[in-house]
Amino acid sequence: MSELAKLLPMALDLILLTSVVVLAALVLGGHRRATGRNDARRRVILFIAFGLLLALLWASLGAPDVALAEAAIGAGFAGALLFAATNALPVEAENKVSAARHAGPAPVGHGLEWLINFGIAAFAILLLGALWLSLPALDTDRLGPAVRTVLPETGVSNPVTAVLLNLRAFDTLLEIAVLLTAALAIRQLGPARAASAAPEGMLTALVPWLVPALILTAGYLLWVGAHAPGGAFQAGAMLAAAGVVLHLTGRSGGGLPSPRWQPWALIAAVAVFLAVGLAGLALNGVFLGYRGASASVLILLIETAATLGIAAMLISAYLGGDGGGDEAGDEAGQAPGAPR
Amino acid sequence: MNALLPYLIAAVALIALGLRALLLHRDTLRRLLAINVLGAGVFMILIAAARRADGLPPDPVPHALVLTGIVVAVAATALGLALDRAVNSAATDDDRRPDAGNRGDDNPGDAGRDHAS
Repeated sequence: MSELAKLLPMALDLILLTSVVVLAALVLGGHRRATGRNDARRRVILFIAFGLLLALLWASLGAPDVALAEAAIGAGFAGALLFAATNALPVEAENKVSAARHAGPAPVGHGLEWLINFGIAAFAILLLGALWLSLPALDTDRLGPAVRTVLPETGVSNPVTAVLLNLRAFDTLLEIAVLLTAALAIRQLGPARAASAAPEGMLTALVPWLVPALILTAGYLLWVGAHAPGGAFQAGAMLAAAGVVLHLTGRSGGGLPSPRWQPWALIAAVAVFLAVGLAGLALNGVFLGYRGASASVLILLIETAATLGIAAMLISAYLGGDGGGDEAGDEAGQAPGAPR
Repeated sequence: MNALLPYLIAAVALIALGLRALLLHRDTLRRLLAINVLGAGVFMILIAAARRADGLPPDPVPHALVLTGIVVAVAATALGLALDRAVNSAATDDDRRPDAGNRGDDNPGDAGRDHAS
């Protein structure tokens, strides 16, 4: 019995690993010059499946926080983002002449392809050898016990949240700054995509149920992140999902605040994070230095601002441009899907 | 035989597949997908290395690194897609020669919509 209990997870992991690699090959494989919309959509759907299987694998490897983030951001949000981008591609033509015109830029020549394959194979063997040699080092416990020792001081009991928002809070601040940079750059590139016309039926009818449920889930993930898997990134992705649903049903703002407040929503996360960090510098002499009783309150404050800010940044990225086009806002009763 | 080996082999396979597609193909979507697959391989090394053999809880530091990596990857993907959209709409604007080789060329309806707002 105990033998079976040991073998079963290993067998499941081997199946997951094989499926993940096969799916990756399918996502990236296919015809060398195929660049049409249907081909791209097939790839993106396979990529979403790839992300969901990765999430299962992370969960099986004892990383539930990463599994949640992978499912919500890596598969869910990135999937929506990539799928929306396929709309701009031309549909594959039936006849040969226009098919040739639709074919993308010529791929590399056969000689170069052979060289690339050879180089990648050599690189893969080297990488595997290096990892094989470092297996003993990978297997030794290093930072784990150190985190567990200081965990009671950090203000949270989920060790991943403790690393992200206390022990290595500086990294997380910079990470949110990276996200902000990307969101600002995307807004500079032009107007946002127009919202799709509100579809009749299921999706539109589900919005009054789906959006509050997503907001509630986001709040739960934010709160529970202190002592169980969850946190600001997963919660922010849930809120962003609500924004995507709103955009899909004809609200071109995607649930973002009015243009006047959008910049504030975008910088909220970085601003609050920096303010808390500077307060720590003033009071304790350490940037982002907070320990003990006040730490849990400060972490909750940062995470709340981060959830709202991450959601605003992700929605901005999904809209693919400056979302402040319609000054009157959708609340003013603009017909869903009306040409802007 | 080490318990980590299957994960490391799969991770190297993902990295190799991603790197190959990134070098071989020129369409933006496939390249962005390739970067994401490559990243997933790197994440797999980190998560596998975080696992402790004898029932101990896994190391949370690599988990935090991967969480950060997932968010940075999606930010890079979004920026790449937006840049591609901007480049394509600028190209459709500039040269309307029939042999321009731009994939938006023979789709004036699409291009027109881009500039409606």
